[in-house]
Amino acid sequence: MYILGISAFYHDSAAALIRDGQILAAAQEERFTRKKHDSGFPQNACRYCLEEAEIAAKDLSHVAFYDKPFIKFERLVETYLTFAPRGFTSFRMALPLWIKEKLFQKRMLAKELKKLDGGREIDWAPRLLFAEHHLSHAASAFFPSPFKDAVVLTMDGVGEWATTSACFGNGNCLEILREMHFPHSLGLLYSAFTYYTGFKVNSGEYKLMGLAPYGEPRFARLILDRLMDLKEDGTFRLDQQYFDYCTGLTMTNAAFDTLFEGPARKPEERLTQKEMDIAASIQAVTEEIVLRLTRSLAAEARSENLCLAGGVALNCVANGKVLRDARFKNIWIQPAAGDAGGAVGAALAAHHLHLRQPKAAVAGQDAMQGAYLGPSFDQPQIEDALRRAGAKFHLLDEDELIPAVAGHLAEGRAVGWFQGRMEFGPRALGARSILGDPRSASMQKVLNLKVKYRESFRPFAPAVLREDLSDWFEIDSDSPYMLLVAEVSKKRQRSMSTHESQLFGIDKLNVPRSDIPAVTHVDYSARIQTVHAQTNPRFHALLTAFKAQTGCPVIVNTSFNVRGEPIVCTPADAFRCFMGTEIEILAIGNCILKKDEQNPGLKLDYKNAFDLD
Amino acid sequence: MDFLSEFFSFMKQRKKFWLLPLFIMFVLLGGLVILTKGSVIAPFIYAVF
Repeated sequence: MYILGISAFYHDSAAALIRDGQILAAAQEERFTRKKHDSGFPQNACRYCLEEAEIAAKDLSHVAFYDKPFIKFERLVETYLTFAPRGFTSFRMALPLWIKEKLFQKRMLAKELKKLDGGREIDWAPRLLFAEHHLSHAASAFFPSPFKDAVVLTMDGVGEWATTSACFGNGNCLEILREMHFPHSLGLLYSAFTYYTGFKVNSGEYKLMGLAPYGEPRFARLILDRLMDLKEDGTFRLDQQYFDYCTGLTMTNAAFDTLFEGPARKPEERLTQKEMDIAASIQAVTEEIVLRLTRSLAAEARSENLCLAGGVALNCVANGKVLRDARFKNIWIQPAAGDAGGAVGAALAAHHLHLRQPKAAVAGQDAMQGAYLGPSFDQPQIEDALRRAGAKFHLLDEDELIPAVAGHLAEGRAVGWFQGRMEFGPRALGARSILGDPRSASMQKVLNLKVKYRESFRPFAPAVLREDLSDWFEIDSDSPYMLLVAEVSKKRQRSMSTHESQLFGIDKLNVPRSDIPAVTHVDYSARIQTVHAQTNPRFHALLTAFKAQTGCPVIVNTSFNVRGEPIVCTPADAFRCFMGTEIEILAIGNCILKKDEQNPGLKLDYKNAFDLD
Repeated sequence: MDFLSEFFSFMKQRKKFWLLPLFIMFVLLGGLVILTKGSVIAPFIYAVF
């Protein structure tokens, strides 16, 4: 029995296909359309899922959508009634969109699904199911987890009404324990500060998180005292006099500006210590809220396992704190914790909750298959694509390819790494990655400014062999999805001199702080990906070869894209990105490309090719 | 028709029949805005769209 899950019409549209509860394929639409955070119906992603399973749309027993538009509309109306006559402008702008499109989502979905099957007349209405937004998140966290039972915590901006929900999952049941409702939302609070510090809402949140270690949390007390009433169990209410998102077209208002000593930073304006302190403050508050929530849930002693999903679960610094807090024995986080993951959740909710099918036997491994659920290309397809693009390449056996790439990395070159199935979710996990040598003190700056064309303060993440994890980092838990932050091992750290520690904000970045400075943040933290031979044998082999050559089992792993560009999907996307940046080597399938051997006429101006995110 | 019966079921299930007059008013108001402006392009605000 095939079920297609769809998340769409808000941001990060995606599709996922399951067969008898097993996830066969999942992909975000942005990877195909090359439009970051594409919110349209995921026509390409759906088509890919069907192709992967070699079925047609008519073979789908159900299509599950990840939220309930009528209940969203109810929230919209009730919110306006609560605040009226304030908010008329935003109401006037929202209304046509709802009346023309969003209220008729069932009809819209049926129309799009018809296109998938070459216009065949299928009555989709009885096959269409709608899961609540937070239930989709919770299902995406619990059902693929390696646990028989677990407490499930989902936190995001807002779905229908829920902004935070706590569930208990057991077998094929998922019981909602309690919820926090709009407008009191941790996701929206974080987004308000994302907006205030000049980053884009819904895409700049992780920049704010990366900025936090440069600052001091001097505004944390102010946030806790004035913006919210935080209870011991982690629930809270936000004082709406400081926010504009219920009635206006921005996240914060003039009262917020007065409270935080000035107007919001404009996008691309120079970052000052104030923004860093704001980032540190909201990060500290977020961690406090998440810890109070998880502690109160742990106190109920329903399960020793915790599952997390929702956009806030991408805050890997907070996740690391929850892990170290050790109130739960095991933690599992859905790798596509944002709305894209809702597609997987909706499909699994349909299978387990609607059709009452049992949860698959737990074998110690999760069901996300390393998140390698996207398209792959075989060697002839890769060679054909490269030839058509005019690329010059060397063909190597795997035995030659792995040590050759490890050698290039060891010599300090930036390597594009395109292998196997594309990742599902926001992180590149060694299938569509740019790799570098973490021992190089200049690698972080070079990759940020010459390869990724992004802000110089942004940290990079290490991929490390699981078996060497605790030798290099202060953690000994699997983190295959780069969703946990921990310190670089004390013995690998290099303490800063008095002069160095007094450096201001981003200047600290240039001070080598460990044996692997390119992946060590200014507070010695690192966003870790553990690499496992079972889920990505080729990437594991590369790390092993790099370790054999250098003694270091760690590699810089960043997504294969530039700022504002979706992660590459096809060999042609990879070659374009290679030719538009200062990536020196591209390893794609068994082909190796060297930049200095390529036709200079194929170079692209990639720096300004994408809208800044 | 399908839409109307689904919307009716929704109001019944959620016990929110008071939404009906508002809904009718919104359809008229929304239709008017669409007719006069001819566009449904809206800014990206988290809570509203």
